[in-house]
Amino acid sequence: MITRFLWQGMDRSLRIFILLVLAIGVALPLLNQLTPPGSAFHVPAWLMQLMGKYLCYALLALAVDLVWGFCGILSLGHGAFFALGGYCMGMYLMRQIGSRGVYGNPLLPDFMVFLNYKELPWFWYGFNHFWFAMIMVVVIPSLLALALGWFAFRSRVTGVYLSIITQAMTFALMLAFFRNDMGLGGNNGMTDFKEILGFSVQADGTRAVLYFASAVALALGLIVSAAVVGSRFGKALTAVRDAESRMRFLGYRVEGYKLFVFVLSAAMAGIAGALYVPQVGIINPSEFSPANSIEAVLWVAVGGRGTLIGPVIGAFIVNFGKTWLTGALPEVWLFALGALFIVVTLLLPKGVVGLWGQIKARSQAKKARAPA
Amino acid sequence: MLFLRPLAMLLPALASALIAATALAADLPALVAGLTTGGFGDRETAIGAMAASGEQRAAPILEALAAGQLYVRKSDNLVLIGKPDGNQLALTEAISGKPAGSGSEAELDRVRVNNRLRGVIEAAVGSLTLMSPDAKVRREAAEALFKRRDASSLAALDAALAAEKDPRIKRAMSEARAASVLASDAPPPQKLDAIALVRERADRDSLGVLEATANSATDPEVKAAAGAGAGAVRQTLAAWEAAQNVWYGISLGSVLLLAAIGLAITFGTMGVINMAHGEMVMLGAYTTFVVQDIIRTSAPHLFDASLLIALPLAFVVAGGIGILIERGIIRFLYGRPLDTLLATWGLSLVLQQAVRSIFGSSNREVGAPSWMSGAFQVGQINVTYGRLWIVVFSLIVFAALILLLRKTPLGLYMRAVTQNRPMASAMGIRTPRVDALTFGLGSGIAGLAGVALSQIDNVSPNLGQGYIIDSFMVVVFGGVGNLFGTLIGALTLGVVNKFLEPYAGAVLGKILVLVFIILFIQRRPRGLFALKGRSVE
Repeated sequence: MITRFLWQGMDRSLRIFILLVLAIGVALPLLNQLTPPGSAFHVPAWLMQLMGKYLCYALLALAVDLVWGFCGILSLGHGAFFALGGYCMGMYLMRQIGSRGVYGNPLLPDFMVFLNYKELPWFWYGFNHFWFAMIMVVVIPSLLALALGWFAFRSRVTGVYLSIITQAMTFALMLAFFRNDMGLGGNNGMTDFKEILGFSVQADGTRAVLYFASAVALALGLIVSAAVVGSRFGKALTAVRDAESRMRFLGYRVEGYKLFVFVLSAAMAGIAGALYVPQVGIINPSEFSPANSIEAVLWVAVGGRGTLIGPVIGAFIVNFGKTWLTGALPEVWLFALGALFIVVTLLLPKGVVGLWGQIKARSQAKKARAPA
Repeated sequence: MLFLRPLAMLLPALASALIAATALAADLPALVAGLTTGGFGDRETAIGAMAASGEQRAAPILEALAAGQLYVRKSDNLVLIGKPDGNQLALTEAISGKPAGSGSEAELDRVRVNNRLRGVIEAAVGSLTLMSPDAKVRREAAEALFKRRDASSLAALDAALAAEKDPRIKRAMSEARAASVLASDAPPPQKLDAIALVRERADRDSLGVLEATANSATDPEVKAAAGAGAGAVRQTLAAWEAAQNVWYGISLGSVLLLAAIGLAITFGTMGVINMAHGEMVMLGAYTTFVVQDIIRTSAPHLFDASLLIALPLAFVVAGGIGILIERGIIRFLYGRPLDTLLATWGLSLVLQQAVRSIFGSSNREVGAPSWMSGAFQVGQINVTYGRLWIVVFSLIVFAALILLLRKTPLGLYMRAVTQNRPMASAMGIRTPRVDALTFGLGSGIAGLAGVALSQIDNVSPNLGQGYIIDSFMVVVFGGVGNLFGTLIGALTLGVVNKFLEPYAGAVLGKILVLVFIILFIQRRPRGLFALKGRSVE
């Protein structure tokens, strides 16, 4: 009943889009598993893996859009939530290696043996259970977002100040995770994963399931976001974006609205990170680098901020471009990325999704001028 | 120490002979012969006699002996000094110091020494060099004896002190003497005087002397005085260490100030978030590199002036590009700060990649002119000229900027436009032009910072990236729109960082500072020195 209620609350294009995401989520693994290699319809595993990565990026972009596009909070630190979720998953996967590591220690991951750890640090306890790790994937980014947001929104740190604080946060975390003393792998991070829930992470079947899980997570993310944005709460959120002081004077507790959406968004980013790590097979501190977070913001800007479809499309467009260009013309990639930032902000404030509306508005304006 | 006793007893007699050294000059061949014959015991006596002779040649001969480079030629019993030269030995006559060709070890007998003799020789050479005509050698000898703190050098020191004219060397010698007294079995009153003297010196070596005395002294009064002295020296040392940290902090703070001051203009007064600010710094550094490259190939004699030539050029290059950025991108984005942030971030990527394409991604070497290399001591603080000049330079830039804003028409326009744009416009100020110039000024200052930073950082396309977050922190911490806030903010953060480093390590210290600023902004969202009044919103 709840799903039906949610479903009817969405507009048609979003419904179609969600079905499309799910359809691709089912089709690719099926084509990969059921058709023989060499067949015209066969989807190679690398393509599925690549698409799985993009789906995780799309979920991260959606999380950024939720706070930026709908609430006006430009977070330059969402990569930190993504990476924290990834680290939680990485810790689970490390514990699953067990005694198959290079040093064969049944309890300690290789890097700890290497760094002369005698026992497992306290924060690693529990990560041998999948359910515990999955709870942490949501809880840890949320807690960080809660702490930061509680401080920041209460003292009315807004606009670019907030952006810079979030950027400093992810920068500080990056420096912290680079330290070997953190007990989280230092600058090498965590890699060499063996299995997840008893299935080999290298196997095509596991990859297909992970890919499908990413598509489902993205679809759920879209549904939840649509529910939040479409509700009365969402209307208030948009109002906070457009006229924060007015909302405050009208008696709304602006901090509460912002805090809720910020934490929700951090949790989504954490889940995206957790799905990302087993598919790429590594997590290291460079995921925290401020450049990554800003790139996620660009995906949203390219796709179209303030829409739910936009960030997903933007994440796919930019990352396809990145994969293609870094392979074909690596010199050009940063030029293209930089130019994209400039072009989008100057010429496409509503992104690709808003392009159609922009063109229509222009032709209408022309028509309106013509008879006069 | 026991084995030095014979020498110690010998020395007082010999010290008086030192003064009348010339009388013994004729005996040098005899003395040298004494070195090469007999057992180790005889040699020890001979070394003492050599030291007492005060001969010019005595020191090199003894040094050669200690190094195992003193030989006797088998054919004619001539004493030679042999320095390794390929497979052969380059020989000099020990007594006259004249070159004597070369020879192989097979033709020579090495004069053997043992560790005990080496100790005796070192003390002997120390007392010999105390009488050297070269002031620097005398001073070094006194310092070396202070560190050795050996009762056997007392006599030599007494003799040298009597002859010394230079008050500073005299001081060093009496300190060395005091250290030697503390190591000898002199009566307690003498030792107490010595402790007072060593205590005044107050450095790491004197702490060592006092601690050793406090541990080994048998007389309770001496023990107590040495302990108290060591405590006092420790305190002085801690104070010096704190002062050294303050200096390092000011030095780091001046770098932060240089990087942030341009940002204080563009962000602080115009409200424009320029994420490409770090790249302006980078362009300044590359301008320096290009200038030095041209000078190296076409006018090497100008190398010392290269930085001075680079300064105006860096200002023009970075400032010019800044004006282009303002006219081309930023002016369309006024009132949309978040979009400005993204567009300038994109710009920074483009600039980085452009520099990488032109100059390559490896570090470029920028040399230091002669007046920026070297160091000097202030008390116990080590100050390098490079750092000193950067501190001075950052303060000059700061002062010049304040003057520009307060005393020139351009500064007046800038302040007018930032305070009340419509009113300034109504008064006939061309606000778009002022915007462009202000942005150009901020970028130009970043270029100047780049010249300075090229001296202490790697000149690579990523140079600017490392400074951008720090600079924003400084500006936000100090208070947006307030240049003095930026100055105080930069110096505070620099000093705090350096004081945290010894306890927390460099990386953790930096993290703590970032966390501190994040918390600080919660308390005072407008920074340390918030602007009051209408210009706030």
